[in-house]
Amino acid sequence: MMTSTRGQIWFDALTGRASSDDAGPVRSADATLGDTTARFIAVVPDPQNRFPRATDNVVGLEQGWLLARTVREAIDADRNAALKRPLVAIVDVKSQAYGRREELLGVHLACAAAVDAYASARLAGHPVVALIVGPAMSGAFLAHGYQANRIVALDASGIAVHAMGKEAAARVTRRSVEGLDELGERVLPMSYKMSAYAKLGLLHELIAGIDADAPTHEHVWRVQASLVAAIDDARRGPRDLSSRLQSPDAKRTRAASIEVRKRMAEQWDAS
Amino acid sequence: MNAHDTFIARHSFIELTARERARALLDPGTFRELIGPFDRLESPWLAMQNVVCQADDGAVIARGTLGGEAAVVAAIEPAFQGGSIGEVSGTKIAAALELALREFEAGRSIRPVVLFETGGVRLQEANLGLAVIAEIHAAIVALQRYVPVVGVIGGMVGCFGGMSLAAALCNRLVMTRQARLGMNGPEVIEEEAGVEELDSRDRRLIWSMIGGEQRVAVGLADTLVEDDTDQVRDAVLAAFAAGVNKSNRTEQVDAQLERLGRIDPAAIDPVVLRSLWQGNA
Repeated sequence: MMTSTRGQIWFDALTGRASSDDAGPVRSADATLGDTTARFIAVVPDPQNRFPRATDNVVGLEQGWLLARTVREAIDADRNAALKRPLVAIVDVKSQAYGRREELLGVHLACAAAVDAYASARLAGHPVVALIVGPAMSGAFLAHGYQANRIVALDASGIAVHAMGKEAAARVTRRSVEGLDELGERVLPMSYKMSAYAKLGLLHELIAGIDADAPTHEHVWRVQASLVAAIDDARRGPRDLSSRLQSPDAKRTRAASIEVRKRMAEQWDAS
Repeated sequence: MNAHDTFIARHSFIELTARERARALLDPGTFRELIGPFDRLESPWLAMQNVVCQADDGAVIARGTLGGEAAVVAAIEPAFQGGSIGEVSGTKIAAALELALREFEAGRSIRPVVLFETGGVRLQEANLGLAVIAEIHAAIVALQRYVPVVGVIGGMVGCFGGMSLAAALCNRLVMTRQARLGMNGPEVIEEEAGVEELDSRDRRLIWSMIGGEQRVAVGLADTLVEDDTDQVRDAVLAAFAAGVNKSNRTEQVDAQLERLGRIDPAAIDPVVLRSLWQGNA
């Protein structure tokens, strides 16, 4: 018997169903959230997956296209709805799938399809919220979560957003894992800590005091309340990602991003 | 012309710098760079790690005209940090695409082109590189409702990591024979999955899998060109002339799942794939 991953645990907790009843690497279900119905989506291990490099909670060929399918189903179903249903991406993804077949068959396109679907949902007026409950790594996070209007994360062990696994990053930058931690203290975007990630201005909320592996009813209720708040905030805000540059943290840490946009706009039309 | 004269008459696109590529693509005399080297907007993160900065951070944004129409070109410089995407270089690309979107919202029109040459996220700016790539993705998806976003992968770096998703999001993708397009570079796969999964030194195998010719043959890119500046420019002009796609590759979910379903993972190789996937889904 395999133990459940964080993605499964939170999918089950938030949808009130047992994800082990379902098959395949992508779980998707509509469930009550506050006074609305939201679609919850998670990537889970799929030991029987026919692609041997994509049996873990990673985003491979099938995962990318299945994410795109469930998101686009929601867009189509709500095409004429006055209020579009929220989409909650439950993020617990170790990486994209690394393999020969994956490259040959275009895993980049499968991941891009998921990106396109989430971004299109956001542009159509669906509030898209990413709930990070485990690793949110690199291309897998780009495909599943990074197009969200709002990103919230649990403040618990085992949760990290990064472009590269720690061991691999240490290898490539020729540092020790300890050296990498030291670097992360000085250079914020290099850090593997969520407290440092929060300072980049990309997080809407870091939710403290939650048992990520065995949440109590009260923990689930608190996370639901945070999701409802993030959804309300998203409905009031713009449909693009400009809100990521609005916070005091962003204005401090991403000053260069803001300056580039300002100067590009100034120079856009020839004087 | 005989084969020799044809070869001599070519002007290599690959050998050009990012700035020269953008200039060669735009109509003669119309190139105007935005946030050029004299603006000195450099990476705030590289110096902290004792890495030498470059005044344009490896991305060149130019406005001009293309076939007589307003255009903006975002070109990535392969010679600086492997074309990697940092906060500044990536934001320059995102901002150019966002401003192109504003043109359409104001009732005007502009032709957006991205010249890819990148290994993906710049490791020294890890999380901000990743965040900025997500912003580039968002801008491409928003813009392509109005106009085709045309991508070109020149070579020799190719296009990898999160930027391979950006290339896949482009409505039309032009590749040279020398260019490669993949999510994970061959070295990364060998490192993560072992040499029995993929031997990164086997150049013939790598190009047969992810090179421009194969990508176009199986419908993962649109136009194959020789390493010739005129051919690249003609392909880009033709892409805009064709107009907005009815449906982009990334939207063809059922068709793509169907064609993936036809694959036997135990018996797939580049040659078999060509017989199974001919052209677009």
